[in-house]
Amino acid sequence: MKRIPIQPDFYDWRTHARTLLQEGFAPEDVDLTDATIATTLQLALEDEDPRPTGTHVPTPHVPKTYLEAAELAASHRSPDRWNLLYRILYRLQTQPELLRIEVDTDIAQLRSLVQQVRRDLHKMHAFVRFRKVEADPMDEANPFAPHASTLAGNVNPLAEHFVAWYQPDHRILHLAAPFFAERFASMHWTVLTPDASVSWNPNSKQLAFGPGLPREHAPQADELETLWRAYYSSIFNPARLNPDVMRSEMPVRYWKNLPEIDVLPQLITQSANRVGAMVQTQALKPSAAPFVPAEHTLPVINAAMPSCKGCDLYLHATQVVPGVAPSAHPSHTVELMMVGEQPGDQEDRAGKPFVGPAGRVLDRALEELGIDRSTVYVTNAVKHFKFVQRGKLRLHQNPRMSEITACRPWLLAEIDAVRPRVILCLGSSAAKSLLGGTFGLMRDHGKIFPTPYANQVVATIHPSAVLRARDQPSGEQLYNFLKDDLALAYHAALHGSSVQPDVTSV
Amino acid sequence: MFLSFFARIFYTVSCPRIQLPTMMTVQQKLEILADAAKYDASCASSGAKRAATPGGIGSTDGTGICHSYTPDGRCVSLLKILLTNFCTYDCVFCVNRVSSDIRRARFAPEEVVALTLDFYKRNYIEGLFLSSGIIQSPDYTMEQLVAVARILRQVHRFGGYIHLKTIPGCDPKLIAEAGLFADRLSANIELPTQQDLVQLAPEKKAAVIESTMGEIATRKDEADEDRRKSTLAPRFAAAGQSTQMVIGATAATDREILSTATHLYSAYKLRRVYYTGFSPYPEADTRLPLKPAPLIREHRLYQSDWLVRFYGFQASELTTPENPSLSLSEDPKTTWAKAHPEFFPIDINSAPREALLRIPGIGHKNVDRILSIRRYHLLTLGDLRKLHVRVKDAQPYCIAADHLPSAPLLAAATTVPDTDLVAAATQLDLFAPLSALTGSV
Repeated sequence: MKRIPIQPDFYDWRTHARTLLQEGFAPEDVDLTDATIATTLQLALEDEDPRPTGTHVPTPHVPKTYLEAAELAASHRSPDRWNLLYRILYRLQTQPELLRIEVDTDIAQLRSLVQQVRRDLHKMHAFVRFRKVEADPMDEANPFAPHASTLAGNVNPLAEHFVAWYQPDHRILHLAAPFFAERFASMHWTVLTPDASVSWNPNSKQLAFGPGLPREHAPQADELETLWRAYYSSIFNPARLNPDVMRSEMPVRYWKNLPEIDVLPQLITQSANRVGAMVQTQALKPSAAPFVPAEHTLPVINAAMPSCKGCDLYLHATQVVPGVAPSAHPSHTVELMMVGEQPGDQEDRAGKPFVGPAGRVLDRALEELGIDRSTVYVTNAVKHFKFVQRGKLRLHQNPRMSEITACRPWLLAEIDAVRPRVILCLGSSAAKSLLGGTFGLMRDHGKIFPTPYANQVVATIHPSAVLRARDQPSGEQLYNFLKDDLALAYHAALHGSSVQPDVTSV
Repeated sequence: MFLSFFARIFYTVSCPRIQLPTMMTVQQKLEILADAAKYDASCASSGAKRAATPGGIGSTDGTGICHSYTPDGRCVSLLKILLTNFCTYDCVFCVNRVSSDIRRARFAPEEVVALTLDFYKRNYIEGLFLSSGIIQSPDYTMEQLVAVARILRQVHRFGGYIHLKTIPGCDPKLIAEAGLFADRLSANIELPTQQDLVQLAPEKKAAVIESTMGEIATRKDEADEDRRKSTLAPRFAAAGQSTQMVIGATAATDREILSTATHLYSAYKLRRVYYTGFSPYPEADTRLPLKPAPLIREHRLYQSDWLVRFYGFQASELTTPENPSLSLSEDPKTTWAKAHPEFFPIDINSAPREALLRIPGIGHKNVDRILSIRRYHLLTLGDLRKLHVRVKDAQPYCIAADHLPSAPLLAAATTVPDTDLVAAATQLDLFAPLSALTGSV
């Protein structure tokens, strides 16, 4: 068997392979070894003068696609690659369609080598990280300029030099360099690898190759890396943590080169905490849910309500103020439900909703529209009175969003028990409870919204806004405003589903 | 008078006062504005080739490169940031909505330009993906975005990838200018149906978003036509346009989502539709669901999207009006195959491309390989294994040189009663694919 050591260079193989083909060596007659791997003494002694047993090919032909694939595979570190490439070359002389039969063992192996080199190349384009040095790469005093003597040019003391160290799996620097040359054409840059190194001179547009260098020959930091780490830490979503995918796309062997990996352990542990904290704050939020009975009928709900300690409002209020069902027809289905904000001073003492000054405004509007209040279900979004004590006065305070949200389970239970056709929200607290925390009352009052709770939900101002108006005319305007929306809601409730929700105007 | 009175009351009630931060550093701004951009799923930097300009920096080779991966498994390809997260809109599902209580920041265009170049020169990124909250007006916001792209391209001769978000409703002239500088433009459709938008994004209208998409598509068509006449004609958004849809925030079904996607692909020649599963956040609005959309639903939508774009499926084939949701437990191609036993088995060595594409477990690249190999060589199951076909999924549905699916195997896979199979076999004759099964050619 003829044994030839091949240098790690595609053109060395190509020269030898051409000669071997012309001399008629079959793949079994030769062993093309990797010259960088030391041959054992026994193998070296075994060699004698072999005779070719194959067909002579005076003028070898080969498809261009094969040469391209072979050049990529030649950069692979597999010691068998030279034999594989010769075997395929030999078979191609008699079997020109061989390359298309991807399930052939040799071709499958070639494809796998090519794919691995391509992937390595792609990862190198991705994971090389340049570090900037304020020195000229053509200055021999620059510690990061291994090719200063090769790069002809004048030394510029203000030059910027970008240097990277990288360890590819295969010998691909010469394949990777043109990509960087095109992309960073106007920069002085150097890439160091353990096998070889390369620099680019943007003035002469020349690549200068040199020997491999260890990591210590590259700069150890760059000020921009702090910003890059900040970006890396901010751009990911901790709620979708998936480190397995990250590791398969960015295997650990590349990590030593990536500045952003410094923050990785911290990001992974923190993301559990960040999501945990989010869940915890949600769990710690006050809620009436534990106090709401499973059975949603009005007697059961009203019986359970006084025991509610879902938020802190129960501490100071006199009593809970439940909703009032239509008294005249207890079994009658409720068409309209009105939801106010919260009990006031008088409601708190009486234990009934809308019996104070605001209630009288509401009653006046109902009366003028000819609506019998006893046919309507009246309740509040928040069931306890919230106030500050000023001497003898108890001054009403707006409930906060957290208190509205905490009390929501009661309201939803009431809705479930009553199943009204239309819900009228009086004021923004009720509207926010049912239509969302960002509901704009000014913008969207008097419009009918479909919601999961009722097909038609309308919002209007709270009757107390009429009382708080600064003068007579604006008070009148506000009152008409309330009355119009009330009329709309009542009309929708009476006519049932025949009224189309007015959602188009949004 | 009346209005101003109300405006005062309700403004103070419903809008938390926004406090301008005092002199933030670039790093603080970057943290806020990258964090605000992370919900945009698009990361692609592919589809456009751009040669380096002499004396400039950067090139785009058309394939796209992921320069890093974050712990959520996502690719970091572009510097993805917002110009600002101040926003006058109040879209319920969006973290940057005006009523959201988050830290706000704003970059000057020059700061974004410097960051992009600094990151690019160190090989951290492929380019820039710039979006923004709506400030002042759509036109003003779009002008700011275009300014960044213009400085990068004209002052710094930047050849890297630029993806600009177009602000729906902005002046068509701004879109025309944006397309000259950007490789990709996108306008987010946000939600699958107009009703969803009415509910959750009151300021956004599907018609306006679609007219922006139409504007981009028309400009691109014109530019492409000019380029056919002369290669010197300017390019317009070489990598086309994409959009994003939030899924699971509303009750829209997979069937509706896929039908919207198909409409967008065909009407505006979109390159990509991105689907982002909704995930709830604290202080969420009651109009939003309480549960996150399962990630697997997002995955199934992407699979369906691929089946439509690369496998010759119609979106309407993948779900039925009676069952408008995709199965979460099996991929949509398998679901279709199970429902269509009359179509199988398919002979790997003779069936046309369209038929091979419908076999579960075989990807479209492998279909091309099979077509090339079988001219010289009859494929066996072992050969399919060498091509990394998922043979376990494929074998009930295909015939190979050494394999005929047994009737029980096919029946088990399709869950159709045997009688139906026989009936189907007797109805179809001579060239029927089932003939191999019964041996009745």
